[in-house]
Amino acid sequence: MRLWIIIPLMAAVTFLPRLIPLLLLKDKVPPPLLRRLLNTIPYAALGALILPGVLHSAPTMPWAAVAGMGAALLVSWFKGGLIASVASSVVVVFLFLLVGA
Amino acid sequence: MVVSDNQMSRSPEDRSRFISGVTAGLPVVIGYFPIAVTFGLLASEHISMVHAVFMSAWVYAGASQFMAIGLIGAHSAAAEIVTATFLMNFRHFIMSASLSQRVKSHRSAAIPLLAFWLTDETFSVAMALKKKLHPRFLLGLEISAYTSWVSGTGLGFIVGAFIPPLLQESLYIALYALFVALLTPHVRSSLKKRSFHILITAVFAAGINSLLQHFHLMKPGWSLVTAILSASVLGALLHTEDEGGS
Repeated sequence: MRLWIIIPLMAAVTFLPRLIPLLLLKDKVPPPLLRRLLNTIPYAALGALILPGVLHSAPTMPWAAVAGMGAALLVSWFKGGLIASVASSVVVVFLFLLVGA
Repeated sequence: MVVSDNQMSRSPEDRSRFISGVTAGLPVVIGYFPIAVTFGLLASEHISMVHAVFMSAWVYAGASQFMAIGLIGAHSAAAEIVTATFLMNFRHFIMSASLSQRVKSHRSAAIPLLAFWLTDETFSVAMALKKKLHPRFLLGLEISAYTSWVSGTGLGFIVGAFIPPLLQESLYIALYALFVALLTPHVRSSLKKRSFHILITAVFAAGINSLLQHFHLMKPGWSLVTAILSASVLGALLHTEDEGGS
C-alpha cells in the first residue's frame, strides 16, 4: 500500500531537519553575532507563527479570532499565565461565534 | 542507549525536572488535543485509522499532516507529498539550531528523542520559560505534548463527527493564544528596560510572513523560514546596539 511508503518518508524528511542542528551544534559556542541570532529566533518564530495564521483560525468569523487574540493579549499582559490566557481566548471566541451564528 | 541513560541517572532531581516539564506542557496538551481530534476526523475521510495514528506518531507535525491528507485525497504523487512535507517542516531546522544553545547535557543519548519531539509549540514553551534547558525537563514537556497529539488523532477518528462544530471552531484559537501568552511577558519586561528589539523582531516576522502569504509569494513553509530568519537577523543586529547604548 502506497501510504506505507509515503508516511515513513514524510517522517524521515521531518525528523532530519529537527535532528541535524541539535546534534552538530550541541556543544559548540558559535561567534557572538550568530549566538545573538540563535537567541532571537524564538521571538521571530512566535511572531511569524501568530500572523497570519490566527486570522484563519475561525473561518466562519475572522473577527472572533481577533477578539480572542485581544483577550489573550490582555490576560497575558496584566495577569500572566499560559492556561488563563488560552482559556480566556477560547471562551471569547466561543461567545463571539455563538452570538454571531 | 536511552534506556541505559534512564537507569543510570534516575534521581529525585531528574524526576522533579521531568514532572515540571510535564506541567509546563499542559497548555500545549490543551492546545493540541482539539486540533488532533480534527485531524483524526479529516483523516477518516481518506485513510484508515491505523495510517492516521501512525502518521501522527511518526511524522508528528500538524500543518504538514493536514496538507498531506489533502494531497492524498487528491491522489497526488508520493514525491510531491514528501517534498511538500519537507518544505513545510524545514523551519524546525532553525528552531533546532536555536534550541541547541540552551540544552545542557553531557550525554547525548536523549538528543535524537528531543529532536524527534521538537515542534513549534514545545520549542516556544521551552525557550520562553527556561534560560537553560535540562533534557529531563524537555522530555517531560515533549512527551505530554506528543501523547496529546497521538491520542487526540485516534479519538478524533472515532468520535470526531459527534463534536459540535461551534465548539470545535472556537478551540482552534488555543495555540495562537498560547503563542501570544509566551511572547507577551518578554515584550513587557524588555519594554520596561526601554529595549525594543524583541517587539520589533516579533512584529517584523509577523509582517513579513503575512505579506509573503497574502500575496502568495512563497509556499507557507518557505515564508515561515524567510520571516523567522530575516526577523532574527534584524533582531540580532538591533540587540547589539541596545547593549552598546546601555
